[in-house]
Amino acid sequence: MSDIVEKTLTALPGLFLQNQSASGPAAAKASFSSRLGGLVRGITALTSKHEEEKLIQQELSNLKATVSAPTTTLKMMKECMVRLIYCEMLGYDASFGYIHAIKLAQQGNLLEKRVGYLAVSLFLHESHELLLLLVNTVVKDLQSTNLVEVCMALTIVSQIFPREMIPAVLPLIEDKLQHSKEIIRRKAVLALYKFYLIAPNQVQHIHIKFRKALCDRDVGVMAASLHIYLRMIKENSSAYKDLTGSFVTILKQVVGGKLPIDFNYHSVPAPWLQIQLLRILGLLGKDDQRTSELMYDVLDESLRRAELNHNVTYAILFECVHTVYSIYPKSELLEKAAKCIGKFVLSPKINLKYLGLKALTYVIQQDPTLALQHQMTIIECLDHPDPIIKRETLELLYRITNAQNITVIVQKMLEYLHQSKEEYIIVNLVGKIAELAEKYAPDNAWFVQTMNAVFSVGGDVMHPDIPNNFLRVLAEGFDDETENQQLRLYAVQSYFTLLDVENVFYPQRFLQVMSWVDASLSFLDGFVAEELSQGAAPYKPHHQRQEEKLSQEKVLSFEPYGLSFSSSGFSGRQSPAGISLGSDISGNSTETGLKETNSLKLEGIKKLWGKEGYLPKKESKTGDETEALPVPQENIIMENVDQIITKNDQSQALTQSKEEKEKQLLASSLFVGLGSESTINLLGKADTLSHKFRRKSKVKETKSGQTTTAQNMTCSSFSSSSNVTYEEDYYLDHLQDRGDKEVKKFSLNSELLDSESLTELPLVEKISNCRLSTPSLFADNNMEVFHPPQSTAASVANEISLAASLLEETTEHMHSDLMEVCNNETISVSSYKIWKDECLLMVWSVFNKSASELKSANLEIAPAENFKITEQPGCCLPVIEAESTKNFQYSVQMEKPFTEGNLSGFINYQVMDTHSVQLEFSVNLSLLDFIRPLKISTEDFGKLWLSFANDVKQNVKMSESQAALPSTLKALQQELRLHVVDIIGNEGLLACQLLPSIPCLLHFRVHGDMLALWFRSSCSTLPDYLLYQCQKVRAWIDPQVPVPIPCFHPGLTRAFKAECFVSVFLSSRCKKHGKSGGDLVSKDSESPGHLCIVYPETQS
Amino acid sequence: MIWIRFILIQNRAGKTRLAKWYMQFDDDEKQKLIEEVHAVVTVRDAKHTNFVEFRNFKIIYRRYAGLYFCICVDVNDNNLAYLEAIHNFVEVLNEYFHNVCELDLVFNFYKVYTVVDEMFLAGEIRETSQTKVLKQLLMLQSLE
Repeated sequence: MSDIVEKTLTALPGLFLQNQSASGPAAAKASFSSRLGGLVRGITALTSKHEEEKLIQQELSNLKATVSAPTTTLKMMKECMVRLIYCEMLGYDASFGYIHAIKLAQQGNLLEKRVGYLAVSLFLHESHELLLLLVNTVVKDLQSTNLVEVCMALTIVSQIFPREMIPAVLPLIEDKLQHSKEIIRRKAVLALYKFYLIAPNQVQHIHIKFRKALCDRDVGVMAASLHIYLRMIKENSSAYKDLTGSFVTILKQVVGGKLPIDFNYHSVPAPWLQIQLLRILGLLGKDDQRTSELMYDVLDESLRRAELNHNVTYAILFECVHTVYSIYPKSELLEKAAKCIGKFVLSPKINLKYLGLKALTYVIQQDPTLALQHQMTIIECLDHPDPIIKRETLELLYRITNAQNITVIVQKMLEYLHQSKEEYIIVNLVGKIAELAEKYAPDNAWFVQTMNAVFSVGGDVMHPDIPNNFLRVLAEGFDDETENQQLRLYAVQSYFTLLDVENVFYPQRFLQVMSWVDASLSFLDGFVAEELSQGAAPYKPHHQRQEEKLSQEKVLSFEPYGLSFSSSGFSGRQSPAGISLGSDISGNSTETGLKETNSLKLEGIKKLWGKEGYLPKKESKTGDETEALPVPQENIIMENVDQIITKNDQSQALTQSKEEKEKQLLASSLFVGLGSESTINLLGKADTLSHKFRRKSKVKETKSGQTTTAQNMTCSSFSSSSNVTYEEDYYLDHLQDRGDKEVKKFSLNSELLDSESLTELPLVEKISNCRLSTPSLFADNNMEVFHPPQSTAASVANEISLAASLLEETTEHMHSDLMEVCNNETISVSSYKIWKDECLLMVWSVFNKSASELKSANLEIAPAENFKITEQPGCCLPVIEAESTKNFQYSVQMEKPFTEGNLSGFINYQVMDTHSVQLEFSVNLSLLDFIRPLKISTEDFGKLWLSFANDVKQNVKMSESQAALPSTLKALQQELRLHVVDIIGNEGLLACQLLPSIPCLLHFRVHGDMLALWFRSSCSTLPDYLLYQCQKVRAWIDPQVPVPIPCFHPGLTRAFKAECFVSVFLSSRCKKHGKSGGDLVSKDSESPGHLCIVYPETQS
Repeated sequence: MIWIRFILIQNRAGKTRLAKWYMQFDDDEKQKLIEEVHAVVTVRDAKHTNFVEFRNFKIIYRRYAGLYFCICVDVNDNNLAYLEAIHNFVEVLNEYFHNVCELDLVFNFYKVYTVVDEMFLAGEIRETSQTKVLKQLLMLQSLE
């Protein structure tokens, strides 16, 4: 490039700016002699991609003409080449110039050659056929006496060189290893490195020369040789153990600052060289005590020296920690490395925090306690706005997953999965989720649901092993045959539910899995027959059995949050009544006995979702137990606990913030099982058993063990200001409540649980009208029912006869009364709702009153916003015979939560080929039609609770504090179809789900005369709606209490807000008139017309 | 096989200022990668890390004024080492161009490639000593 151009370019910034403001093309002509400058400037000035394309295409056609013209000089060619590189860099095809680039490298003078080589290295890749034409040029230049030419040839060889031509240049390059100039030797080593990468066997014979390079007097040559050694050691470390001493010596010299100052980077001696050496040492020392011992000193020194607060120091530290944990362990070093990781993790610099997490992930298998120490940071990182931090946190959690924390961890993974679009991330995550689910699934339902999520998100991209393994689990199952059946049944059922949802497209793989499972349905027949022959009860759907099982188990659910009392000394007692009696008595008798029960209970709650859940006690325990290990973890732990405490002291005032508590809750559920037994867990994880469903009983055993120890620690001298404060609070709280509540609790328990086990039948508003029977024909067989002619055919009578033909298995489905929605002289259309477990089934029963046949009978339901309506098969015959009934069924799903909606539709038919008649009708659906009890254990409740982000809280004043909680819960259970999970002291846990599967958890707590309602759900609006429904129920129970306005979530519909205002308005009015408010509220709020009037008024 | 897959310099608008590939990609793939890198890097907050997952690699990037310097490496590589390698590279450019700005890189893009080739070779960090790199660059410069 000429000097003129050079100078013009240097002066560019000013010109360029000036030019942009002035008119473009005119100024361009004046100021640029360089055509490259013109091109670059011209492109930069353009605004649209289209203009750029036009300009470049034009430029390229000019260039094409120029390069192929015989008159073009090499100098011009060089200039063209630079422009071609530019066009190619912007993504335009300049392939016509490739051959000219090779020619330029071949024929040009030094400068032209340089541009030629540059162009070749940018244009071609190593398997490009044109590259062969370059080999002669390279050979010639390698033999040149001009150093620059040799350098250029070596550079191109290290970038792209055809593998099959290596022998042509290898001897020349080997010679260069003895060259007097270090720059040549350095580049020659790099070229050999490249050859090693693309054709390792071609350079096998010169390994001895690599050793020479390693001992080169020039640091650069030595450093270059390390690239080769790193590769070779990675492939076969045992062959290079003898070099350990040399690497250690080199590192010692580097760390000790013996290198020329040239190699310093921000006063750190040759950081990249140090990193490279550390990496090599890590590989050499792996599982080799003798080799490792050689490097302990230098690693220690590296850790010690790297104290400067600079990124590059941290880069070295990170590598050093990695090496310390890779080689044969030395406790002193591990301790220092752990401290180092702590520095990273606690750093306010986000890059360092990320690397801290990465380091933790790496060391977690060896040292799980380190993760425990940093659990709060890990929890914070789980919600970090930077996705890479979240991902790394999940990776970390993946490695500590065990049977106890799996649900929480997988939930977090699924959340992330739903947000990611990157295929690689999806493939990676679904693989991990599937692996964990297979190993640690807590129950069948969870397993199938998790796998469904995996298949529906990752079906198209996942590794084929996942569906294969899943099907294998289904097919082969476990030792327990009933378990197998349950699993398969559950899977099949869940697929039916999924397939019921219209307009959802499942990945091909998922459908394959489904159809495979469906196809094998025949295995059920055999099972059923066999069981029946052995006197088993007739088939009941899974959910029913679950229900029965649950109601049987209810007696045991005195255990707070699924924990066993066995550790408390009550283990000998057989009946739960005995337990309750015992604690009751102690609660009233002496202070000490009282305390015992109390602390016992506390620990139990704490384990999963109680307010503490913080693990420091466990940590110290872990420390004690792991003393025997070669690593003196106790010291580290204590130090780090101190660190945490100081951090807590600084960042918090005396009271912990709410979020802090929640994080601790999450921490306790995530890091459960990571303590003393972690080694076992980790070992367990490493084993190759692929389907290992750990049963709950096992989990409980471990947990009760933990409870004991944790309890022992309660009064230990652990002192964190925040924790102590908190603990005191909690005790106080509990003491305060205890008196009468203890008594109340037990009576309440028995009352509610009794009622539940007897009639675990959640009712809806119209409970009085409900029948406890359903025409199973609608629900299951989808057959048409033809009845013998009846003279005075009232549809009700008809329905009764239908009800008589029930099959046993559907009796648990609640259904509403048959209600006529429209009629005329010929037909009568009635409808009723069947609240099935998985959907709302609407049945329209069309009765033909006339004596003639109806043809082309067709019932259609208009698509409604918020509802997903699916026609159930079974009404294909368009004929209704005289005096008979025909049923049309639709399953309805709510697409997003809202309070009420209308379904409208019409029926049309033809009488005797005459005219067509159309009748319209509509029915009202409420949110409650879609609410079902969610039958989960207390333990699952705790886990789910932690995983939900959306919560709503409301305190309401109660008039009669004694009876309010039991009666409220009972009312809610009946009215809203909620499931009472557990009652613990003054707290009640309820769970329900909005179909198809949006769970909502409710937590009730009585405190004095206040009732604190707390809702959590995975859906943002559901808690508000349910809160509203609860309040409606409450208003009905106790008319004295005004209905508070729920806090409005932005996602709530306008109509819903309006309805709330209406109910507030009404309840205040009712109070005035001394009437019961609830009746009015529930009645009036159902009429949508009312809302429109009140809404604007209240709003203003 | 190779530590560094590619080095990219882009401005905020996504215009390529330098693209050096150490792995074999065809032309369409290269353009796709350039666009994808631009999409993942520019949306990131200043408070985020300098690392981002990218397909089955990761990108270490650093922003200087309106320019993003990105290096795509193996997921298990030492992030900070590459982050500092970028900075080292920029310091060399700054020295070489005397207070480098985007326009220097635009108009002397072929020189920037030479700098890259001096500092990174065969997908490795080849030379980290700024004095040595500059000495070599000045020697080449003197030929012109």
